[in-house]
Amino acid sequence: MGNIPQEHYEPKPGAASWVEERLPIGGLISHLQNFPTPKNLNYAYVFGGILVLFLVIQIVTGIVLSMHYQVGDEASFRSVEHIMRDVNGGWLLRYAHANGASFFFIAVYAHIFRGLYYGSYKAPRELLWIIGVLIYVVMMATAFMGYVLPWGQMSFWGAKVITSLFGAIPLVGDSLTTWLWGGPAVGEATLNRMFSLHYLLPFVIAGLTVLHIWALHHVGNTNPTGVEIRKDSIENVKKDTVPFTPYIAIKDLYAIVIFLILFVAFTFFAPNYLGHPDNYVEANPLVTPAHIVPEWYFLPFYAILRAITDDLWIMMIMPFDAKLGGVLAMFGAIAVLAFIPWLDTSRVRSTTYRPIYRWWFILLVIDFFVLMWVGAKPAEGIYPIIALIGTAYWFIHFLVVLPVVGLIEKPLARPETVEAAFNAKHGIEPGSGKTDAEAAALQPAE
Amino acid sequence: MAHTHGTGDGNEPHRRDVLFLATGAMGAVGVAATVWPLIDQMNPSATERALSSIDVDVSAIEVGQQVTVTFLKSPVFIRRLTDEEKAAAEETPIADLKDQNAQNALHPDDSATLKHRLVDPERDFLVMSGVCTHLGCVPVGEAGDFGGWFCPCHGSHYDTAGRIRKGPAPTNLPIPVARFLDENTLKLG
Repeated sequence: MGNIPQEHYEPKPGAASWVEERLPIGGLISHLQNFPTPKNLNYAYVFGGILVLFLVIQIVTGIVLSMHYQVGDEASFRSVEHIMRDVNGGWLLRYAHANGASFFFIAVYAHIFRGLYYGSYKAPRELLWIIGVLIYVVMMATAFMGYVLPWGQMSFWGAKVITSLFGAIPLVGDSLTTWLWGGPAVGEATLNRMFSLHYLLPFVIAGLTVLHIWALHHVGNTNPTGVEIRKDSIENVKKDTVPFTPYIAIKDLYAIVIFLILFVAFTFFAPNYLGHPDNYVEANPLVTPAHIVPEWYFLPFYAILRAITDDLWIMMIMPFDAKLGGVLAMFGAIAVLAFIPWLDTSRVRSTTYRPIYRWWFILLVIDFFVLMWVGAKPAEGIYPIIALIGTAYWFIHFLVVLPVVGLIEKPLARPETVEAAFNAKHGIEPGSGKTDAEAAALQPAE
Repeated sequence: MAHTHGTGDGNEPHRRDVLFLATGAMGAVGVAATVWPLIDQMNPSATERALSSIDVDVSAIEVGQQVTVTFLKSPVFIRRLTDEEKAAAEETPIADLKDQNAQNALHPDDSATLKHRLVDPERDFLVMSGVCTHLGCVPVGEAGDFGGWFCPCHGSHYDTAGRIRKGPAPTNLPIPVARFLDENTLKLG
């Protein structure tokens, strides 16, 4: 399946062979189970597994919620309250679905920043990375549409503001928003199509996830050293890797348990902490809530949208107004992620060996949280200036720092192989006679 | 494919090439015709399009009061301006305005003077869309730096004639097609 040498799967005679000759599913399962995974993966690498689990949680809770949800101007809000009060365990399912979305995003941000830190986007993993960016974009669309469905005040005005973004596009903007709304403004027709797409898109994510994992299994995992595992022979592969099952599977499961504890703690004890009280007020097209903010996971990009105003010098030289400028900046801030494989000029994958870039990376993480914080603040006083600085750094990081630091930086010495890095870390003498399994078993739980 | 059925002269299009192109073109037209209904179904339905005009009784509105009505699913502000508000709007030089067009459906090319913003220049009724031209929120009345409207979403300030003065909104609050049928009845649309 991939380009990492692996033991050939031999089905047992009988039923397994009969099936294998007709559909090689046993080989696929065997490949997935025994997939050679770098033996030095740390806990930054557990979020992929967590994300798969949360996709499943969201799809399962979402399907059962849709058995009780109704679409309509009055029906939507009423049916959500019906779920909360009358459906058996409905409150739990809805709170799990709503908080599940938040924890899905916590995991996806951790996963993305892990990829940025360890250079997981660098050749030959550009497509793996770009598929990941696509998954993230579809996730955002899905989450946005899901938030519209309860048809509370935040649902309605969030839908209005976000769909109005498309009105900024020259020439076709107005026809496009009318087409999206299915009427002169956001209304029942809009709600209905959002429900349809909210049901569809998770399966698009599932499909993209298959491509993402396929690409991963073709090129293999990165690891904290950024040094590729040796792929020239099965013997060398075995020195650098451990089979996914049980080693990585158990480690992933351990992380999943920790993550699920946090998730259920929120679901049971603070189910509305990440939401907005205004969404328990039914949608009213005549009154905008005094302070509308998107869900926390959109805040950094919302801050970027609002940061662009007409009084900026850059907007004075642009041939369009700040409304389109803000929209372009927001979409650009996400789109730039797809170009990172070519913007990073460093020869070295892992930031562990990049003494200069490391500081800029830390600054990027801080910038992300600053933008998230300022996105929730009203657009007045000092906040617009902070948002502007944060926005500027977001683009400078990817368009200037990433290309320039890669050229001027002198990376630290890297280990020859994953095995060498692993042995050095765990004090294993080369040729000490320990088998790889024993050596791997020595790895302490960090 | 031209090679197998060629007439010997390599430059002329051959039967197969013509068939290939014609079939492809036919196929493209077929695909477009099939996809169009799938796209067009998302445009406003006849039910939505039928709601295009309303009559409003304005007899109860006092000077300095504002009534918000729903027209085409969106709020429309109907406000009787006070003398101070009219004076403030008239004193503002057009050159100070970010959007100098009246944005009035009945005066498409006129400048944004107060006269061009009113339904009837003889009367004090300001009738305009209550949808912020930035991203569609409903501005709050008697608020903002210019004593007009203020949009809570992203901080756009409109003056007493509903003209954008500050903030991200690109244009003045638009004036819908509106006229008085009689003294007390305003027709929108």
